Amino acid sequence: MSTAHDTPPAPPAPATTTGRWVHRPRVITGTVLRAGGLSVRIRGRAIVVTAATLAVLVAVALISLTTGDYELSVGEVVRALAGQDSGGADFIVNTLRLPRLLTALTVGAALAVSGALLTSLTGNALGSPDIIGFTNGSAVGALTVIILVHGSMTQIAAGALVGGLATAAAVHFLMLGRGLHGFRLIVTGIGVSTLLLAVNSYLITRATFQEALEAQAWLIGSLGNRGWIHAQAILLACAVLLPPAFVLSRRLSMVEMGDLTATALGVNVTRTRATLLVVSVALAAFATAVTGPIWFIALAAPQLARRLTRTAGPALLPAALTGALLLAGSDLAAQRLFAPALLPVGTATGTIGGLYLIWLLITESRKSRA
Amino acid sequence: MTAPHPPTPRLRAEDLTLSYDQRTVATHLGVDIPDHSFTVIIGPNACGKSTLLKALARMLKPRHGQVHLDGAAIASYRSREVARRIGLLPQTSTAPGGITVGDLVARGRYPHQGLLKQWSADDETAVVDAMRQTGVLELADRPVDDLSGGQRQRVWLSMVLAQQTSLLLLDEPTTFLDIAHQVDVLDLCADLHARKGHTVVAVLHDLNQACRYATHLVVMRPGGTVAAEGAPADVMTAELVEDVFGLACRIIDDPETGTPLMIPAAPRRFAPEDGEGHGRSPESVMAEPR
Repeated sequence: MSTAHDTPPAPPAPATTTGRWVHRPRVITGTVLRAGGLSVRIRGRAIVVTAATLAVLVAVALISLTTGDYELSVGEVVRALAGQDSGGADFIVNTLRLPRLLTALTVGAALAVSGALLTSLTGNALGSPDIIGFTNGSAVGALTVIILVHGSMTQIAAGALVGGLATAAAVHFLMLGRGLHGFRLIVTGIGVSTLLLAVNSYLITRATFQEALEAQAWLIGSLGNRGWIHAQAILLACAVLLPPAFVLSRRLSMVEMGDLTATALGVNVTRTRATLLVVSVALAAFATAVTGPIWFIALAAPQLARRLTRTAGPALLPAALTGALLLAGSDLAAQRLFAPALLPVGTATGTIGGLYLIWLLITESRKSRA
Repeated sequence: MTAPHPPTPRLRAEDLTLSYDQRTVATHLGVDIPDHSFTVIIGPNACGKSTLLKALARMLKPRHGQVHLDGAAIASYRSREVARRIGLLPQTSTAPGGITVGDLVARGRYPHQGLLKQWSADDETAVVDAMRQTGVLELADRPVDDLSGGQRQRVWLSMVLAQQTSLLLLDEPTTFLDIAHQVDVLDLCADLHARKGHTVVAVLHDLNQACRYATHLVVMRPGGTVAAEGAPADVMTAELVEDVFGLACRIIDDPETGTPLMIPAAPRRFAPEDGEGHGRSPESVMAEPR
């Protein structure tokens, strides 16, 4: 082999340190844990970020449960959670605050994972379900059920899922066989999204006054009056949809290198893409069914998580925790900062999201021109 | 350099019809890749070289015919099993933002890993070996984004080597490189072929590089048929180049290696009869923007 033209003279290779189970690999980042024939790669920075997010998450959860119109002590909350308290605290924690908090955390996580999957599949930071129309598609589906059928939670969720999948199919069709890639996808998606917004407005004009009020309130995206039925619906959806997402995330990081490279490495790209697209649409659809369309979480949480952990890959767990934190935090801020006004969380995330989107559009269009 | 050919090579294409959607690129295409050869596929633009390579690596499903790998139809293998036998370097790949060289090369181990087998001792040995062979071991901790084009191509090549397949398919591995790095990458391939006994199949554009490095040449003509096949010294003739590329030329011995060297004919400045577009008419030379 000829000598490399641009490699500097070789410094001595770093020594490999091997403990019994903990192994410090030589050329890759992170640490490897080995036992028997099994081995797992972990990255210090990702663990620190995950732990820190988790700590803040617990703090936000405790503040959400203890503060409000009736201040409770941490001890009272813990006793109520353990079922050892009857009366006031039990009602406030277990009926009012906990379902709302759980809904916020799970919807946030669902939206963030949906966004992480979709931005990774499309190879574009803007390719999140709220930007390219999937969220609005789910909203049309859910709104149709709310206004025309006066359906139950399950029916609304089904409507949102059908609406989201139909939108994904429509965007896919409009891409004319070029796959879900590139800036063209974003432009197509924004067009479809706008169209669906008009459909939503039309649906509201066809509704009675009472239905229209209800629909309009739902469309802003709110965690107000969310009870156990909502928490259970989104928890169930996540229990079904998150495991396949996590299992397939290793394949997804291969697909990020290009379809040919991923196939050459033994990944069934078509199947991986199709499965993860459905999982992503379904997560966003169920989240939308529970709270109404909430902006910004699916767009921002995955990017934030990626930047914080500096991992080259979808980083689903940090993204999920960041999403949960963002939504629960936004809801807490909207409830407490503007009290006694009942500000829906959608307005809070919408405001921050708008500013973030402007910044992202500027940097992305600069990148695509370069 | 070349081992005696066994009766059936490990990788062969039989009567392939290849097409993208409606556009047919090749029909009745049959190619044997001799084991332990450095096979180079050449031909004019859009003759189906890369398409053939994709079919050989099961990236493209033939409309008709079959590719055989180790005695069985390649379509009958699981994706992961193919990836343990054939390594492919596509024309372009995207390095994930911020990834280090070591982590990227390590991704070549994917077909050997599992959900709870993420980094075995074998993985480490394979990656270190691959990086040492391509001379990028010292760059392990550097972000791929910081590397030059030549270094980056070496890193991608290491990723394919880390797959530890003895069949390597390379789709225009030299395209975006300057001449020094082209020679560098080809020397590296020749080395892998000679020292490790790997079977290397590469699509190249430069006829003279092809003749220098190939032990087996597959010359394709427009329409996706094989015009000639064999050792460069046996197949490279001025007639073949004229026939396949429509270029008048002379073939001489390469003073460095003794392999065939193609010299294009001098521009025929005053050739009014030249209707085929060979050479260049004075008008076309004049019309060129300066």
